Amino acid sequence: MILGVIEHDRGKLNEASLEMLTLARALGSPVEAVLLGADAAAFQETLKEHGVSKIYEAKHEGLGDYAPRAWGKSVAQLVRAKNPRAVLAAGTDRGNEVMAHAGALLGVPVASNCTEIRPQDGVFEVTRLRWGGSLLEDAELRADPKLLTVAPHAVSAEPAPAPEIAVEAFSPTLEEADWRVRVVAREEREQKGVPLTEAKVVVGGGRGVGSAEGFKILEELAELLGGAVGGSRVATNNGWRPHSDQIGQTGVQIAPDLYIACGISGAIQHIVGVKGAKYILAINKDPEAPIFQRADFGIVGDLHEVVPALIEEIKKVKGK
Amino acid sequence: MRVLVCVKRVPDTGARFELTPDGRDIDTRNLEFTISPHEECAVEEAIRLVEQHGGESAVLTLGPEAAAEQLREALAKGIDKGVLLETDGSEWDPAATAQAIAQAVRELESADGPFDLVLFGNESADAGYYQVGVRVADALDRPCVAGVKGLKVENGKAQARREASGGWEIYELPLPCVVTVKEGINVPRHPSLRGIMTAKKKEIRRLTPEKPAMQLVKKGLRKPPERGGECEILGEGVAAVPKAVEKLKEIGVI
Repeated sequence: MILGVIEHDRGKLNEASLEMLTLARALGSPVEAVLLGADAAAFQETLKEHGVSKIYEAKHEGLGDYAPRAWGKSVAQLVRAKNPRAVLAAGTDRGNEVMAHAGALLGVPVASNCTEIRPQDGVFEVTRLRWGGSLLEDAELRADPKLLTVAPHAVSAEPAPAPEIAVEAFSPTLEEADWRVRVVAREEREQKGVPLTEAKVVVGGGRGVGSAEGFKILEELAELLGGAVGGSRVATNNGWRPHSDQIGQTGVQIAPDLYIACGISGAIQHIVGVKGAKYILAINKDPEAPIFQRADFGIVGDLHEVVPALIEEIKKVKGK
Repeated sequence: MRVLVCVKRVPDTGARFELTPDGRDIDTRNLEFTISPHEECAVEEAIRLVEQHGGESAVLTLGPEAAAEQLREALAKGIDKGVLLETDGSEWDPAATAQAIAQAVRELESADGPFDLVLFGNESADAGYYQVGVRVADALDRPCVAGVKGLKVENGKAQARREASGGWEIYELPLPCVVTVKEGINVPRHPSLRGIMTAKKKEIRRLTPEKPAMQLVKKGLRKPPERGGECEILGEGVAAVPKAVEKLKEIGVI
């Protein structure tokens, strides 16, 4: 049996779980799923559609809102009881955290952020992300049971309906200490304009922008194109942009139709965040900047002159 | 309060990776080394907490003798003591790494008293296992939260903020606890010249953990297919702008 850990936030399914199930089905059957702190009824149809033949519905007072150790311990207990060949979760913040607890309690490492899993006799050969996806690692997972997380967007979620789906209640044994770390409050964020991760056009600024003030022209360009503004690690570490605008390995990863890189050299840590962009236009003074090797179009020049000219020209074309 | 921060020595990669001829490692001959970005922030957080509450901070790494260089970096910024868990430089899987760190924490605590807080980066820049901090917490039976971008410690409790879709999640942890942080929690300071000088005199304690059998073993590294092909240079300076706007029209963003 292959066990998938279903991720949800207060009953709302995380789509990355469906990608995980697509990869899980390639490892063997049946594929079963564990659901923590939510009613199976709401998930039954979708999970059946994605090939799950049984849901273990874990019920316990400690499994209300997200509590990493309580969730991980419940998974570990189910694994001991049902002895699956492999356990998979999505390679998200929560997925990796829950599996880390489960792995610690079961005494096995977790092969995190896998893009491919090839079961062999006794071992799994895996391909997993290193350096945020700038490099791929081929590795051997020798431990038993096999715990893995699936890198988001590594596979696309394909439905493959199971003939039937059963629900089995499961009561983990938890102590108060297991759920003392849990979400105790939430703050909603105010969103101005298009979110960076959803924008069709993103204008990014790096060292060449030079200051927080320097980002004004980038904002104007982004607004004109209905897009959003982001920054490299240099820009956020210098306080020119809030950290939530950081694009790259330690920030967000984006996939817009167009990414305009202004004064960005093209360090690996940044490039890994924009590799999903359909087109990249680079504006940089230095013709040797590595960003030109990753871009589709380039302008060799000072962004402080080029960007305002670009704004004027676009306004002209748009008849504004 | 007493704070321990755990870091990892990683190559400072710049703009491209070169692999060794056998494809097993990154060719680091022309590279400098540094501390993973999330961990640089963990170091900064440890220094700030001790500045605020008084006490003592220590930095720990598991790695080759050369990793003492990264401990010195942290000591130069203001951490008080260093601990090197010296290895032959080969890779350790996350279970083995966590086991060695947990064992070292027990030894350090029996000598100098307990740590109120053990800090990690959310994941290392290179291996990216996303689990060492959590595993150390479970081994020490301490509460833990990962991926933290805001931390406050008062009245024997830590309040941690974590970014989630659409906002923030707030967690509360009793001390002693383990927290893994993400870049953005603070802006790390640069060491002062005086800091660099005094770091040379600070104590680095060395322990030699035994390497257990690895259960997750790296076989090789590959470069993923790169995006794009040829870059079309549209021109120099503002003269290139009309051509650029044509391209934007072609690809349908105007």
